[in-house]
Amino acid sequence: MTEGPVDHLDPNWRNSEAEPDSFDFDAESEAQIAKILARYPEAKKASGVIPLLYVVQKQMGRQTGSAWVPRIAMDKVGERLGMAPIRVYEVATFYFMFNTKPIGRYHLQVCGTTPCMLRGSDDVLRACKDAGKLKGYGDTSEDGLFTLTEVECLGACVNAPILQVDDDYYEDLDYGRTVELIEALRRGERPAPGSTTGRQTSAPEGGPLTLLDVPMLEERGGN
Amino acid sequence: MSDVKLIKVTVDGEEVEVPLGATALQAAEQAGKEIPRFCYHERLSIAGNCRMCLVEVEKAPKPVASCAFPVMDGMKIITDSPVVRNARRGVMEFLLINHPLDCPICDQGGECDLQDQAMAYGGDHSRYHEHKRSVTDKYLGPLIKTIMTRCIQCTRCVRFATEIAGVPELGAVGRGEALEITTYVEKALSTELSGNLIDICPVGALTSRPYAYMYRPWELAKTDSVDVLDATGTNIRVDSRGPDVIRILPRVHEEVNEEWMADRGRFSFDALKKRRLDRPWVRQDGKLRPVSWPEAFAAIAARLKGVSGDRIGAVAGGLADAESMVALKDLMAALGSANLDCREDGAALDGSERAFYLFNSTIAGIDHADAVLLIGGNPRVEAPVLNARIRRRAMARVPVGVIGAEANLTYPATQLGDGPDALRGVLEGAFGDVLRNAKRPLILLSRAALARPDGAAVLAATWALVRSLDAVTAEWNGFNLLHTQGGQVAALDLGFLPGQGGKDLGAMLGGGVDVLWLLGADGFDASLIAPGTFVIYQGHHGDRAAGRADVILPGATYLEKDGTYVSTEGRVQRGRRAVFPPGEAREDWRILRAASELLGHALPYDDLFAIRARLAEVNPVFSRVDEVPQPAAVSAAPAGEAAATGSAAFAPGITNYWQADVFGRASDVMAECARAQAPSPAMAAE
Repeated sequence: MTEGPVDHLDPNWRNSEAEPDSFDFDAESEAQIAKILARYPEAKKASGVIPLLYVVQKQMGRQTGSAWVPRIAMDKVGERLGMAPIRVYEVATFYFMFNTKPIGRYHLQVCGTTPCMLRGSDDVLRACKDAGKLKGYGDTSEDGLFTLTEVECLGACVNAPILQVDDDYYEDLDYGRTVELIEALRRGERPAPGSTTGRQTSAPEGGPLTLLDVPMLEERGGN
Repeated sequence: MSDVKLIKVTVDGEEVEVPLGATALQAAEQAGKEIPRFCYHERLSIAGNCRMCLVEVEKAPKPVASCAFPVMDGMKIITDSPVVRNARRGVMEFLLINHPLDCPICDQGGECDLQDQAMAYGGDHSRYHEHKRSVTDKYLGPLIKTIMTRCIQCTRCVRFATEIAGVPELGAVGRGEALEITTYVEKALSTELSGNLIDICPVGALTSRPYAYMYRPWELAKTDSVDVLDATGTNIRVDSRGPDVIRILPRVHEEVNEEWMADRGRFSFDALKKRRLDRPWVRQDGKLRPVSWPEAFAAIAARLKGVSGDRIGAVAGGLADAESMVALKDLMAALGSANLDCREDGAALDGSERAFYLFNSTIAGIDHADAVLLIGGNPRVEAPVLNARIRRRAMARVPVGVIGAEANLTYPATQLGDGPDALRGVLEGAFGDVLRNAKRPLILLSRAALARPDGAAVLAATWALVRSLDAVTAEWNGFNLLHTQGGQVAALDLGFLPGQGGKDLGAMLGGGVDVLWLLGADGFDASLIAPGTFVIYQGHHGDRAAGRADVILPGATYLEKDGTYVSTEGRVQRGRRAVFPPGEAREDWRILRAASELLGHALPYDDLFAIRARLAEVNPVFSRVDEVPQPAAVSAAPAGEAAATGSAAFAPGITNYWQADVFGRASDVMAECARAQAPSPAMAAE
């Protein structure tokens, strides 16, 4: 929320025009729901509201290419869990991981918190804007491919700066590699997530410097 | 309450004893300390989100929210110290960051918790220079005006709607600065208790739409009275200015309405200015002509001359006060008539024993019931505040069974059938065990279930059911009749029923009388009155019956006269005059007193004291104000053959809550509510 004051919520936030007429869980979702609900006792099945909303968002992504949670689907979740609809709306609007408006096919989530910012998240943001043809945070590109969002710390500071695309982390980015990533997404490819410099997990750049020989580990036959 | 362990707590050096599990705020209240609060409300769950009630607790590292902090033995609480005051000032400063400075145009002004507490803890200037947020207003129906920028997110309204009203439609969506109280899908709240949201809102976010921009609270004259538009006996405060009722608020009465009030009683008073009968009328040559009082009385006297007593009848309406009914009864007796009836709906009430027509378990007794059976009605629309109590029991897992039309009661209930057959067979079913195992079963019979051909049988069958559960004892009487209008129990207490050889309503309408005196009786189809009958209509609104009248005597509404009313639980309460009746209209018992003189049978009372003495003479219960009868073992049974019940399903008694009585029908506000609440496809699509 860095770009100007938020005076109030968009009065059209209920997206009457984007709202689908109906929503039903597909077979894949039903299988996931059965698994999720098995975790909770029948009387406490409302606990499944967050996972179920996530199932909805995933299904919308599969079906329409835009992973968001329409209101009518929230009603379905409430129905399934025996909750009043408003209780579901409260949860869905509280977590910004749930998109209550349609978004682009790829959700570009730029981490702008201090470590990423120090490591060059401004470049990542600029790359997203340039390559994705986006005006700024909250914008969806005209081709409907990208939506740009600023997120708070993604918890991967050692590999900063981070760009989260949908569920995947792309790490150790700079301007050029971010542009490459976005171009690849535009072509329909999904580059392997993780460090874009090829470093192993969060080991030091250029390879591990410590624990180079761990006798115990070798004895066990590990790597 | 002897099993509750008491512990000692020190509040500002003063030792108090509180039950284990009490909060620091309750302990402080007990010590007489005032703790400022916004989100805490003693009848709602604890939210702990406004932080205004911060106090210091010895050994605690920082101030704690007293509303959500359970006390322990020996705890020392400090409610007033520099730390506490500073903490509250800080909270207040944050609360005021986004609160608009529009007190001069805010309807809450003068009775606003935020305004009051800002006087104690607010700063003299703001240190905040950034943008203030503003929030779009929400539509919550025709009764509640919203200015959501003023909202401080205490969530009292959300909790009230969810917990008391039982309509989980309000919620807090979004988070942080974007948090808003909303219904998300814009629609009127589907509750009959929505006016209470206005009372519990500590700021001016939810205010009364009809009261918008009218007056400041201190400009209004306040009259304590009772609501008669349902039979709960809700205690009210009528705020008036000159000749106008400006608003009606509930008063606290723990055993009746706690502090809630139903919407029709609260908002239908605009009917005081609509369709009123404000002068006498007499029908001449088929047309009603305005006349003076003496002319109207003369017309009655002329018609009554030579008519024998048994050809005269009187019907009392559901909102009539006890004073006017005793006067009318005495007048009829003087004229030699025993043709009296107060049952406009034809309900087969049995007046022979008080327990046959009362809510015997009492309204406060609902809190002790351990099984509830609702028969033939929907308490949600018949008595919304009483229904909220039943809801509280239902939420405490007390089983509720329903025999009658299916309806949304706002709490889970087991549907046991829809007709008298289900009532007679209830003990055989699964719910029979529930009732048999209950120590204090509460059987609630809606009056609508008696207003049918087999009504007497339904009454007898219900009584027999309660008897068979052994629930008519000196400790507990589980038989409860729920009336729908505030004057009916008083009418029954006065014996406003056909006397020896008297005719009932049906017989009177069908040509059984030549002269029919209607005291505010609008509850039946006036076209049923036989063509030759001379109808005297005494009432306040030109409603159903007034158009059929030959003489109209303009009376006063319950807000315009001192009256005695008896609630459905048998509690005698006094209503007081808040404003004067319009024009020529007069208090009803005075009209009857004046008429009696001109008819040659002057009634022996000239003032309120005398007529109230007469009330107590007719029935001693009228001398015991604000008392409910103690349960007693009753050996008699209502007349009626329990086996004679029909098979027709119980019809829902009230289908349109908003326009169920003469006030609702005349009120524009209620008409708007009826429109907003009607399930129309256009609203649903919005």
